[in-house]
Amino acid sequence: MADSAIQVNDLRKSFKATQVLKGVDFEVRRGEIFALLGSNGAGKTTTINILSTLLKPDGGSASVCGFNVVRQAEKVRERISLTGQFAAVDGILTGRENLVLIAKLRGVANAHKTADMLLSRFGLRDAANRRADSYSGGMARRLDIAMSLVGTPAVIFLDEPTTGLDPEGRLEVWKTVKELADGGTTILLTTQYLDEAEQLADRIAVLHGGKIIASGTLDELKKLFPPAKVEYVEKQPSLEDIFLAIVGQNAGQNAGQRESK
Amino acid sequence: MKVLHDTGVLLGRSMRHILRSPDTIITVLITPVAIMLLFVYVFGGAIRVGTSNYVNYLLPGILLIAIASGIAYTALRLFTDKQRGLFARFHSMPVARSSVLWAHVATSLVSNGISVVVIILVALLMGFRSSAGVVAWLDVAGILALFTLALTWLAVIAGLSAKSVEGASAFSYPLIFLPFISSAFVPTANMPAVVRAFAENQPVTAIVDTVRSLLNSAPVGNEIWIALAWCVGIIVVAYFFAMRAYRQIA
Repeated sequence: MADSAIQVNDLRKSFKATQVLKGVDFEVRRGEIFALLGSNGAGKTTTINILSTLLKPDGGSASVCGFNVVRQAEKVRERISLTGQFAAVDGILTGRENLVLIAKLRGVANAHKTADMLLSRFGLRDAANRRADSYSGGMARRLDIAMSLVGTPAVIFLDEPTTGLDPEGRLEVWKTVKELADGGTTILLTTQYLDEAEQLADRIAVLHGGKIIASGTLDELKKLFPPAKVEYVEKQPSLEDIFLAIVGQNAGQNAGQRESK
Repeated sequence: MKVLHDTGVLLGRSMRHILRSPDTIITVLITPVAIMLLFVYVFGGAIRVGTSNYVNYLLPGILLIAIASGIAYTALRLFTDKQRGLFARFHSMPVARSSVLWAHVATSLVSNGISVVVIILVALLMGFRSSAGVVAWLDVAGILALFTLALTWLAVIAGLSAKSVEGASAFSYPLIFLPFISSAFVPTANMPAVVRAFAENQPVTAIVDTVRSLLNSAPVGNEIWIALAWCVGIIVVAYFFAMRAYRQIA
């Protein structure tokens, strides 16, 4: 299908005696953000690794941009980028060198110009010449995602992009993902956080016990459940709201004084 | 062409790692040089090797120690790439898979080549002299390159299958000690029978004797074939297991 970026049919994968994927089906349309939601060990990373040609499935089929991930792996690799569960950056190289390295490997015409562009886009210009090992978790993740954008791949896989990040880092990544999708990139992300899927995804699939047990837009998923009860509850700030307010951009100023006004 | 280009880019990356980590340079260069100084200027006077120039006798063994400690870092670099997900990143890109591994092997050859040259220069300052011609020097370079390649493929197995940083480099300790139980420091003739049997039938003695003969323009005899057989044998077996380990990490 012309408007389908990823197609997965009856995907199966076992590791030794453990059957991880027991026939997974889903489809991701071009330009959408699709969230694969599931708890730890549900098979999210296995699915991503098969789609990004790192693992071979035992059964079923998967294609990205119309190319089979097993038989046409090289074509698939030209069109995708994988951002794994841990920021895969070279800690000894600087941020700029990391980007230039990927640009050279992808055969981008002007590697240094591409690197500079991505550094400013991801707010890493000041840190460009520092070793990536000295970056904070959020910065390393941004560099990681920037590296995935080199050569403008059509499809990006983000495997638990915000796991292990502090709330600020998480918001940074969310903002980046939304901007990417606005630029027309297809994004398949996995997450174990319900609010993350809710915030970002156009469509959501719930992976549980090696199968997709529900999928659709958030509204479609909501319809699967009893209608919402209307209750009046005093809206208390969540701890996240409070934390972000205190440490937010005006952290240097006297927060107590502002609150007492 | 693409394979060569990618290998070159990744080789540049690993060489940058080496230049930026002073501990690599210190361990790989200073330790063998210190052993050489110690044996020449402290123990050397008491060691009888049948030649007045003990540096000439010692140098081949020192070079092998340098290579054995150098490849520990090859294993370490492979382990770090595996652990940080860089192999996954490169393998999901349109990069030849063999490039990712061969870049590490090439880095090992280049960096060990550099340390061998530096140690030979230090030895020259300490009185090392060789009557070898160009062909003999090329033979020496070839044998040392084969030895480096053999240990490098062992390092690939260790680096890819290790579970911790310590595990990735620990395999090199016995290799570093192997020259001590060989003809590298003293002739094997005075060793007790069991030690002597081990010393004379392990790869280091054959390689050391060959390199020493070549540097002294002495006939090499059968030793060179034994040395080559050891190197090629280790390369073939280690390459097989290294490729198996490499297929398993992706």
